[in-house]
Amino acid sequence: MLGYIARRILFAIPIAFGVSVVCFSLVYLSPGDPLQTILPSDATAEMVEQIKHAYGLDRPLPVQFLLWLGHVLTGDFGMSIATRRPVILEVTGALSNTFMLTSFAVPLAFTIGYTMGAIAGCFPGRAVDRVVTGAAVVGVSLPNYWLGIVLVIVFAVELMVLPATGMGPKGSAQFSIFRWSDVQYLVLPVVTLSMIPVGIISRTTRAAVAEVLNQDFVTTLRAKGLGEIAVIRHVLKNSAPQVMAVMGLQFGYLMGGSILVETVFTWPGSGFMLSKAIINRDIPVLQGTILFLAMIFVATNLVVDLLQSVIDPRIRRA
Amino acid sequence: MSQTASLPIGARFDDDSPPALRVRGYWSSVGYRLRHDPATLFFGLIVLLIVLAAIFAPLLAPFDPYKEGVVLRLKPFGYRGHPLGTDELGRDLLSRLIYGGRSSLLMGLVPVCIATALGGTLGVIGGFAGRRVNAAIMRTMDVFYAFPSVLLAVAISGAMGGGMANGMAALALVFTPAMCRVAETATAQVRSLDFIEAARATGAGMFTIVRYHVLGNVLGPVFIYASSLVSVSILLASGLSFLGLGVKPPTPDWGLMLSTLRQSIYVAPLSCALPGAAIFVTSICFNLVSDGIRSAMDVRL
Amino acid sequence: MSTALDTPLRPLSRAAGEGRGGGADPRDVGGPAQPLLIARDLAKHFHVRGGSKSARVRAVDGVSFTLFKGETLGIVGESGCGKSTLARLLLHLVERDGGELIFDGEPVGAPRGITVAALRRHVQMVFQDSYSSLNPRMPVQDSVAFGPFVHGRRKPDARRVAREMLVKVGLNPDLFGQRYPHELSGGQKQRVNIARALAIEPRMVILDEAVSALDKSVEAQVLNLLRALKAQFNLTYLFISHDLNVVRYISDRVLVMYLGRVVELGPSEEIFTRPLHPYTRALLGSRPSMDPAHRIEEPPITGDPPSAIDPPTGCRFHTRCPFAEDVCAAKSPELGAWLERGSHVAACHMLDAGSGHSAAPA
Repeated sequence: MLGYIARRILFAIPIAFGVSVVCFSLVYLSPGDPLQTILPSDATAEMVEQIKHAYGLDRPLPVQFLLWLGHVLTGDFGMSIATRRPVILEVTGALSNTFMLTSFAVPLAFTIGYTMGAIAGCFPGRAVDRVVTGAAVVGVSLPNYWLGIVLVIVFAVELMVLPATGMGPKGSAQFSIFRWSDVQYLVLPVVTLSMIPVGIISRTTRAAVAEVLNQDFVTTLRAKGLGEIAVIRHVLKNSAPQVMAVMGLQFGYLMGGSILVETVFTWPGSGFMLSKAIINRDIPVLQGTILFLAMIFVATNLVVDLLQSVIDPRIRRA
Repeated sequence: MSQTASLPIGARFDDDSPPALRVRGYWSSVGYRLRHDPATLFFGLIVLLIVLAAIFAPLLAPFDPYKEGVVLRLKPFGYRGHPLGTDELGRDLLSRLIYGGRSSLLMGLVPVCIATALGGTLGVIGGFAGRRVNAAIMRTMDVFYAFPSVLLAVAISGAMGGGMANGMAALALVFTPAMCRVAETATAQVRSLDFIEAARATGAGMFTIVRYHVLGNVLGPVFIYASSLVSVSILLASGLSFLGLGVKPPTPDWGLMLSTLRQSIYVAPLSCALPGAAIFVTSICFNLVSDGIRSAMDVRL
Repeated sequence: MSTALDTPLRPLSRAAGEGRGGGADPRDVGGPAQPLLIARDLAKHFHVRGGSKSARVRAVDGVSFTLFKGETLGIVGESGCGKSTLARLLLHLVERDGGELIFDGEPVGAPRGITVAALRRHVQMVFQDSYSSLNPRMPVQDSVAFGPFVHGRRKPDARRVAREMLVKVGLNPDLFGQRYPHELSGGQKQRVNIARALAIEPRMVILDEAVSALDKSVEAQVLNLLRALKAQFNLTYLFISHDLNVVRYISDRVLVMYLGRVVELGPSEEIFTRPLHPYTRALLGSRPSMDPAHRIEEPPITGDPPSAIDPPTGCRFHTRCPFAEDVCAAKSPELGAWLERGSHVAACHMLDAGSGHSAAPA
């Protein structure tokens, strides 16, 4: 089994490398010189050359990449053009805000989705199954940013019980989860963010539970006279690994893909920072954020794969 | 055991009774199942209506979607002949919704078509070629697969500067790895079947075999997956527009409208919700139709 | 409807000349005396996944035989002896690791010989009727027409040839041509396979377990069909099977394989009445007897066949042979005069004078 773990980790390294290459090359997709963003507009040719040399932009591309990679590995992502602060500080700060959202959204999605999916899986083909399946389809077809807007309309505009945007009345720096006046800002974004995962988790759970219920050992348990509740417990235990895997993947996905929801609620997370960086063409922040988020996704996938192999011995053979 | 070298003239074989009913071929049985699936037909009809409305927008829209009117800003439903009111610049909302379908559908369908062509080709090549080519293609795809799709779409179109064409290119790039995987798996499965070996024994070259024997068997899974991608593509595309990375104003587009109307959420909340409803309805109908197509096509022979 | 079974002897190809009635095949290069195929020391090793770097499955390890024009050579052996790999080697569906192949006097794959592509015009194969031997998405007549189409005929022409071929194997093309494989029975599918192989007008057909998956009554009829087709089209057969009775019925000569090597080769009746090799004797003895007076009490061979990855040294059979001696583990026995047509040879030290075996002739 250690061989599987080692191989899996080894496999992730070239992927991570490839991801960093993609992040690095993103800059070169943009129209215009990456230099434009750094230079003052009245620079003389001599100044241009100097700055080029200082940033290493006159070296060949692979060399630039390696230099950048070296900086990145030591934590130096450069300076934000907009705020003049080190990118790494900005990114980690924003990430912690996104992490807060995700760490509430995933358990919420899991609770709702697993319950719905389990009930549907236990009664396949019946009315409750159709309702749950329908809800799951709705969940994955709904634009989550639209749901956010609708929730804002309902709860903030019409009913006025929850705030529309932002992270607390005093901003993110002073946010505390122990105060309702701050926490109420969490409610709508978390609910919105959990919508798609609820759809996916309930669909996966339903399929897993239905599949396990069909297996012979369940019939054996019933034949032995085990009560229905105990049988259901066994079934849930057996279908758990598949669902856990999906949940873990959703966590990584939400960390990386929260940009739309955060924009709707002006939540100062990594996604919002990304959209600001795009508007401002703040290349160092852009690169740094994307690299961080992608690496988190890769790492989450890796952890989920490894945990799955621990729980489910069949996977180790692969 | 001694028998003569040939059976008497006119001999029949033991298993020669022709079947009483002509059983359908694969594609006609797919058509049959679809025609008898009321739910899928219903949602397919809605999809068709949406597409037709987008195509014939000039005939259907009551007003010019670009015509602004300072005094007409954010008027409620039914005001002076505007069935759904007006937006924040005084333009008729219904007309903008109808015209908006064009860019939303385009940005939803074109990337899927590109990704199917590109990813499908790469997948078939990867599935059929030697181990090294396969590894090169699939590992490259894995790198792009390592990004969450929203992030990758935003990153690429953001880096390229936004705009509809860049958005479509970004989405195509996001879907290509997944399509490549589907095609590669299907091709690898077909490749190991006996009739492929028989075709090789006939002396056919690789391209001929792929064209006549492999593609027919691979097209099914590829098409099913592509149809399920359309609804995701519509969602992502309007998401990009919502962030300002898709269509540029003043072109009508559902995602863009959602973003601009959001500023006026306290004044005209219902108008704000409408473009999103359009995205939702379109996306869910495509989703259900693709589910129906999958049920019709996914049959063991 | 005239099947192959009731059409008089006449080559299919018009190029052969109408009315010559079994005359010389214009594609025949070397004349009737020259063997159609000479296989010399063919070898194919597969690398083992997950084993050590040098571990290899020696599927075919030095197989030599001749195939004469117009005969049926049967190849028998247990599962894993390498028969199917040998079939694929002959058609170059897998690359050979050693040995050479000479088709009608011309070496295959050599610079001055015949190319693999050209070989495939002369040699075709009928596969075992697995569910995947025909493309499930293609009507059967298109599957049969594919061969001629690849070899240069235009589509309508290829389809006509295919339909004619279906007639020859006893399937009405109007009734069966448009059908898909899943609508046919096992015997019908196998006849389609035969039609597919013959549509290109080959000179030699390799039949790899072609009747093994069929019910017995259908099997007998398909075998008769094969015999009739062979006579009508002037074919040479290589018939691979694990079923000894079938091989005896259809073959002129028989080759017995064990663990990638040839152990015995000779005329069919001689092999079955006077087997020389201990393995052949055991194989024949292990057939259940239909005579209640001659029940078999003990199996003639015991134990499992050794692994093909790490075969026994010397004679491969010595670990299960009741006559094994030290020389059998030390040295591999030679096959003998396998090039001659009427010879009956076996690779056994007991037949080789001077081998050192106690039972060898002086």
